[in-house]
Amino acid sequence: MELKLEGIEQRVGASVHLHPLDLNLVPQAVTVLLGATQAGKTTLMRLMAGLDKPFKGSVKVDGADVTGVAVRDRNVAMVYQQFINYPSMTVFDNIASPLKLRKEKNFAARVHELASKLHIEPFLKRLPAELSGGQQQRVALARALAKNAPLMLLDEPLVNLDYKLREELRDELSQLFATGQSTVVYATTEPTEALLLGGYTAVLDKGELLQYGPTAEVFHRPQSIRVARAFSDPPMNLIEGSAQANSVVLPGGISLAMNLSASPSKNVTVGIRAGALRVHPRDGDVALPGQVELAEIAGSDTFVHVHTAIGELVAQLTGVHVFSLGAAITLHLNPAHAYAFGADGKLLFAPSTTMVRV
Amino acid sequence: MALIELDLAHAYKPNPQRDEDYALLPLKMSFADGGAYALLGPSGCGKTTLLNTVSGLVKPSHGSVRFDGVDVTARTPQQRNIAQVFQFPVIYDTMTVAENLAFPLRNRGVAADKIKQRVGKIAEMLEMSGQLNTRAAGLTADAKQKISLGRGLVREDVSAVLFDEPLTVIDPHLKWQLRRKLKQIHNELKLTLIYVTHDQVEALTFAEQVVVMTRGRAVQIGSASDLFERPAHTFVGHFIGSPGMNFLPAQIDSVGVTVAGRHLMSPTQNLNGQGSVTLGVRPEYVTLAHADAAGAVPATVTQAQDIGTYWLVTATTAEGGTIKARLSNEQVIPRAGDKVWLNVVSSHTCFYKNETLIA
Repeated sequence: MELKLEGIEQRVGASVHLHPLDLNLVPQAVTVLLGATQAGKTTLMRLMAGLDKPFKGSVKVDGADVTGVAVRDRNVAMVYQQFINYPSMTVFDNIASPLKLRKEKNFAARVHELASKLHIEPFLKRLPAELSGGQQQRVALARALAKNAPLMLLDEPLVNLDYKLREELRDELSQLFATGQSTVVYATTEPTEALLLGGYTAVLDKGELLQYGPTAEVFHRPQSIRVARAFSDPPMNLIEGSAQANSVVLPGGISLAMNLSASPSKNVTVGIRAGALRVHPRDGDVALPGQVELAEIAGSDTFVHVHTAIGELVAQLTGVHVFSLGAAITLHLNPAHAYAFGADGKLLFAPSTTMVRV
Repeated sequence: MALIELDLAHAYKPNPQRDEDYALLPLKMSFADGGAYALLGPSGCGKTTLLNTVSGLVKPSHGSVRFDGVDVTARTPQQRNIAQVFQFPVIYDTMTVAENLAFPLRNRGVAADKIKQRVGKIAEMLEMSGQLNTRAAGLTADAKQKISLGRGLVREDVSAVLFDEPLTVIDPHLKWQLRRKLKQIHNELKLTLIYVTHDQVEALTFAEQVVVMTRGRAVQIGSASDLFERPAHTFVGHFIGSPGMNFLPAQIDSVGVTVAGRHLMSPTQNLNGQGSVTLGVRPEYVTLAHADAAGAVPATVTQAQDIGTYWLVTATTAEGGTIKARLSNEQVIPRAGDKVWLNVVSSHTCFYKNETLIA
């Protein structure tokens, strides 16, 4: 289905929850709504679902204006943060409920098929309360899928699960979404989750839609500092600098070879993704000596917080690396891997993705 | 401060027969004086029960707890001299920050000048010196939890300080600063700290030694590097890392190690005669290889994801095994449907028999 939001604005009393925006969701694909809490993700989803009416603007489904149409008269499936199931119904009946409503004949086979896809087949006779949190959310997801709605809205569905369960379920979900039967909208606060889901990403910040496009493209070419900030985990290192003829001078007199002659102002902000910083130097690198503030070990990655002459930096190293607090460390950066933003916050330069595809 | 030795098991019901009847399966471990430990595992793994046997909130159904060689199994947390910090702030809203920090010392009859000195030191470490005379009631949840941490750390004479998911209420952006604080404080105060969490970042960052638990069993005790490089149990390989370790069925015979129909390497001493085993290799150590390269298996790519700083490629072997590879974006990345060869053998490859590391 094709969902179009035109000139949408949302206010509650005097406070603006969503600034005017247009959004044409790519049909039959996943759109990730990415933003911190209070960015407007849930507000936007409620408008898409028909749970709320916008203050201004219209919602169009396949060309037809559905702005005033209530959620029960639209064909929408929703999954929330909380695990919402019918507590007095068995898992089987929970999943079967949308099928029975549609008076489907062979619903039992469909329930088993969905339950097996989501690994809850052994629990079909149990009540939701007898399941773990991860299993309860699987039931809610199976019921949403059973609805087979052309539009599926998921509001941070994995946020209340342990990270391992989150990983497993996200993998399964992205495979289910890939079948392309529904237009899927998935809200998350986590940049990595957006990248893992792929598809398209809409970045929201303080009620504003900042950028919408293919997820990897938005990540690699954020149009503004605000997008870069919202779409970086760990946060992008942002350093104020001064643009010269063929370089940018950063605090501590460190200079990066960058051609920013297009910049209208000398004042620029250099953005360095944590993954662009390395501990092993290569030709053409700039060395950034400093002291370790903390090495956060995240299993597959180590995030090293480093105090340097240009400011506090976070470097992302693959694997487990142990550093003691206060230890000397030198980070290395290829200037071609740095971003630059103008005084107005707009993107001046993005590193080319060196990726070669065959 | 004390050496804490556990040799125990715990079942909530009488007469445990099977493994499932135990909340904690028989275990023997010790916490060295002044060490920083984390108990890590998914919900229901027994980590909080284990912590409670140390504090004395739970008396184990079998075995004993010793502090410096003295059996304390029957003693209460107070008698054991344990300080605890919980998920949510436990402080007195009507007291000032200073009074809150002083409370555990005052209760023990510590001299006033000594209290003042210690409270000052802890407040400085937690960067709360400026708020000492502020009433706790008006503070944010973050600040309140910092006071809770301070109250846990203020006494010098405790046997150990126990933390149960203490950073749950802390804003994600501030968490790393508190993790850093806790590490600094541990370096300075040399208290024995035991920290329960289900979050690998928290455990691996904080602790010198991490106890990984699953289904009531402590499956490995080791440093962050040990858990990443040499998981002693397949659960550790799976649980540590995102995504976790890849596991592939392997056959050992006199000629060598065979995976997915490919002879990969000669068997090392520890592998001889083991028959069916499991090869474990982390996605970080899987690399693209030429066709028929030594140590490589053929596979078909099912998914290639651009994770920004790297690519995550998922491939399936002819036997149906799944291999995830984390590949740097400085090379040609295969697409879904491509046939590839993936190297799975290096010094980082592990072998498991019955879920336990053998080589």
